[in-house]
Amino acid sequence: MSSKDHILKSVRNQLVPSADLPSLDQEWIQYDDAVAHFGEVLQAVGGTAIAVEGIDGLTEELAKVPAYTEAKKTVSCIEGLVGTVDLARVEDPHDLEDVDYAVLPGEFAVAENAAVWVTDANIRHRVIAFIPQHVSLVIHCPDGKVEDAVVNNMAEAYQRLTWGRNEFGCFISGPSKTADIEQSLVIGAHGARSLHVFFVV
Amino acid sequence: MSAIKSYDHPTNANQFNKDQERTHWHDSSLWFIREKRDRMSKSLPEWETLRSCASQIKAHTVSKLADYLEEFEKNATARGVTVHWAKDAEEHNRIVLEILQKHEAKRIVKSKSMLTEECHLNPWLEKHGIEVVDTDLGERIVQLREEPPSHIVMPAIHLKKEDVSNTFHEHLHTEQGNHDPNYLTESARQHLRQKFCQADVGITGVNFAIAETGGFVVCTNEGNADLGVSLPKVHIACMGIEKLIPKVDHLSIFLRLLARSATGQPITTYSSHFHGPVEGGELHIVLVDNGRSKIMNSDDYRNSLKCIRCGACMNTCPVYRRSGGHSYAATVPGPIGSILNPLRDAKHHKTLPFACTLCGSCSDVCPVKINLHEQLLTLRTEVKNQKQLPMSKTMPMRIASYVFQRPKLYAWLGGVGKFFLRTMPRFLIYNSLNPWGRNREMPEAPPESFRKQYAQRAKKKSDN
Ligand code: SF4
Repeated sequence: MSSKDHILKSVRNQLVPSADLPSLDQEWIQYDDAVAHFGEVLQAVGGTAIAVEGIDGLTEELAKVPAYTEAKKTVSCIEGLVGTVDLARVEDPHDLEDVDYAVLPGEFAVAENAAVWVTDANIRHRVIAFIPQHVSLVIHCPDGKVEDAVVNNMAEAYQRLTWGRNEFGCFISGPSKTADIEQSLVIGAHGARSLHVFFVV
Repeated sequence: MSAIKSYDHPTNANQFNKDQERTHWHDSSLWFIREKRDRMSKSLPEWETLRSCASQIKAHTVSKLADYLEEFEKNATARGVTVHWAKDAEEHNRIVLEILQKHEAKRIVKSKSMLTEECHLNPWLEKHGIEVVDTDLGERIVQLREEPPSHIVMPAIHLKKEDVSNTFHEHLHTEQGNHDPNYLTESARQHLRQKFCQADVGITGVNFAIAETGGFVVCTNEGNADLGVSLPKVHIACMGIEKLIPKVDHLSIFLRLLARSATGQPITTYSSHFHGPVEGGELHIVLVDNGRSKIMNSDDYRNSLKCIRCGACMNTCPVYRRSGGHSYAATVPGPIGSILNPLRDAKHHKTLPFACTLCGSCSDVCPVKINLHEQLLTLRTEVKNQKQLPMSKTMPMRIASYVFQRPKLYAWLGGVGKFFLRTMPRFLIYNSLNPWGRNREMPEAPPESFRKQYAQRAKKKSDN
């Protein structure tokens, strides 16, 4: 018998009492000002949230970020903003090893935990969300309203998501961090040393 | 501390307790995390609803696990994922090695996975000439020290920054005596980034796998799982069969509970959803039983399969905090480990169900509502029935039972006890024959026994 059959058989041959699934339709937390809450939680986990007007506003704000202005190798997956590396032409993700700064699209934000949903739909190499020294996530707000880009909680977040293509998706909440050395929080473990979230209205 | 070899928890705990200052420090570090967890749980009014939902989802999944495993395999395969099945640790290791050999892989990076620890994957691969680098910082620290992790979420929680500094000085040539966590983390960052770039294959664990979509989720704060699997072409994910959940929407329950319970964060920094291989690459999933289906069969212990490995029960456990993770001599220590390990190997782990005060704190914090302390109590009876109990536990019990059945003898012995507690010199009470006098003061003997006071009160009443 194959191991698969063996496992399935030993799992199936048991008298486990049946149990119903709970309803996920509950009163999950709502915030009076979800956008403000997102900003506060993001700050608490080491990131920054900024609302900007259009691509010009984004460029202006980025110009105030030293890590961005000092970056030698940059990647941008945002229309209207150019980086020094064209991601589409990179065959081997290892070539992205020394990227200093990446500006990537985020789809929406979650107020309760400051997470931003990021997928590889428009970024060819997943590693670009993790390997640069610094990362900014840019969320385009429909109709110019930041509120529409922020959901209250994770239940609402999953309602927004679909799983059609073989997509990689990640909730990113703040920069990479660790507290493995005597519980001291250190920002910048392996991934990004900083994370800015821009809402473009 | 790495010298701990025995399976006997009290012996190991004693060794840990020799350094009293460290024991206190360990205790308070974990309590600090427990407090963060409390604050986080209170920030959500629906906390209890989340816990009961999580518990129900897991109960439901186990009741139909075979169906969900098949559904998972079907959907994962449709996404170009190769699914493997392993009955036990040995088969798991063999499958992983075969994949590596097929790709002539020599260098592996691995993110934290309790399952691969449980299967002892590292030594097996090293034996076959493969370099395995653990990439979670805590795991890397203990790996360099050739120690097992002492906690499932914070593998190096037993170490001080001086210890880490010495380890890094020896292996990574950092400055001697520089204990700054920022400096040490930065050195590890440089070292591990090299390893990420050189790796031929990345191995991860799985936090949750979704039957409905055939995908799975891996949670880290450092981003090490993502770096490890998005540079090489091959990703191997190893998971216990109990990690399955039916629907992707159920993640909204579990991701809200996991990090809050584990470290008191609102969510881990990276919660990555894998639904297929990287462009031109391969994704393998190894589904492992290794004793899980056996636990499923037991009404008493089935609940322990709900565990999402958050570590909250360890952080709150007064015994774990004061005895250190290594004293459990097991991959999963603490309250949940004290259930899982004896179920797999009763002979070696028979002391673990007794490493418990039955205070119930673990059951109170568990995000999936496992009745940990009740299971531990049941396990004790089982250990006793299997005649695995040491004399030091059975003898006093037998004597106590004899005494309790004889009220007069009990009363007399109570008086004798009080007399001795009051009059005996310290060294006669606080010695190695009395474990209750170790590290704590015995209670002060009251001037009059309860029995006497009660009799006097009764007398007074009837006199009035
Ligand atoms: S038993 Fe509960 S508290 Fe302990 S690790 Fe598992 S899920 Fe967490």
